[in-house]
Amino acid sequence: MGSVFRPAANFWASLTLLMMALAVAAFSLSVWLWPHSDDARRVNWAPAQPVPFSHQHHVSGLGIDCRYCHASVEVSSNAGMPPTYACMSCHSQIWTNAALLEPVRNSLKDDRPLVWRRVTDVPDYVYFDHSIHIAKGVGCSSCHGDVASMALTYKAKSLTMQFCLDCHRDPGPRLRPKDKIYDTSWTRDATTPAPELLLAAYGVPQRNLTDCSICHR
Amino acid sequence: MIRALAILSLCALSACSDMSEQPKQRSYSPLVGPAPTPTGVVTFLYREPTPPPLTLALVERGQQRFRIFCTPCHSELGNGQGMIVQRGFPEPPSYMSARLLKAPTRHFVDVIAQGHGAMYSYAARVPPADRWAIAAYIRALQKSQNASAEDLAAARAEAAP
Repeated sequence: MGSVFRPAANFWASLTLLMMALAVAAFSLSVWLWPHSDDARRVNWAPAQPVPFSHQHHVSGLGIDCRYCHASVEVSSNAGMPPTYACMSCHSQIWTNAALLEPVRNSLKDDRPLVWRRVTDVPDYVYFDHSIHIAKGVGCSSCHGDVASMALTYKAKSLTMQFCLDCHRDPGPRLRPKDKIYDTSWTRDATTPAPELLLAAYGVPQRNLTDCSICHR
Repeated sequence: MIRALAILSLCALSACSDMSEQPKQRSYSPLVGPAPTPTGVVTFLYREPTPPPLTLALVERGQQRFRIFCTPCHSELGNGQGMIVQRGFPEPPSYMSARLLKAPTRHFVDVIAQGHGAMYSYAARVPPADRWAIAAYIRALQKSQNASAEDLAAARAEAAP
């Protein structure tokens, strides 16, 4: 009686086992890495909004300051989404018949807030505070990207915990002079004061910036 | 029994999320609508506001706030030719008009708070202390556009020790 398996079967059996092991390894690795990828973190994601608001037009085109609409950014944990009333402080007079602005007018008329979809979000166990970052020299674009050039607002940074920690471990190089905080196209250049000088000027404590309780409660 | 327990605990664990969504009321959650006015609301006790002392810090604060909230229409010069006016917003009066040169400082504070003509109220975005700061800066703007060389000499003499 001849053997059931030919000698080559040894090879195929080993190969199959190896492939299975590789497949398991690759699957585990992708499960591990996927949440850290830009796709999973929705970088460059621009969700559909009730009104296709353009920061590019309002900020770069018209020169309106970030704080004109996000007025509480310096004093509150929340940057402040403008109420419909703020939109209407100009649009009660200009573009009054624009179909695009219909939801804004209805919102004011019906006294119902516009429901914007959140672009930049952190998990609910992260207690992010805008005011302290502004006060200590972190600019808008460090987390929001170059908003002044966005025709539609998209998520520019991954906002993973790694992203936060990169800066909390070494804040100096990301700090900027006070007059550049709202300049979203700012980058560090030769005229920027040295990181050590900025850290000292803002009085940034480097001791405990990575303590859990700095961001979590 | 043990097997059943293991399966049960597995099911329970699989329901665990990573806690990134927590059902609690936060600012701007869609559930928040216009708050109904509670019954028994009494009128706000009105007190005549007292203007803060005029300091350099106040004027500088006013300049910063003015450039955020006022320049879109009133322009950096205060002549009412801001970018939004160039785009079709009704032109506001220049601060250098005879009426506004004579108006009390309090007038600017009230207009910021209550709005005026086509201008909406900025009460929600400009707190009272900042209104006085902006009004002080408007006064400085008015002065800057109607100053003469003698005024400057007088100010220099004052600043000199």
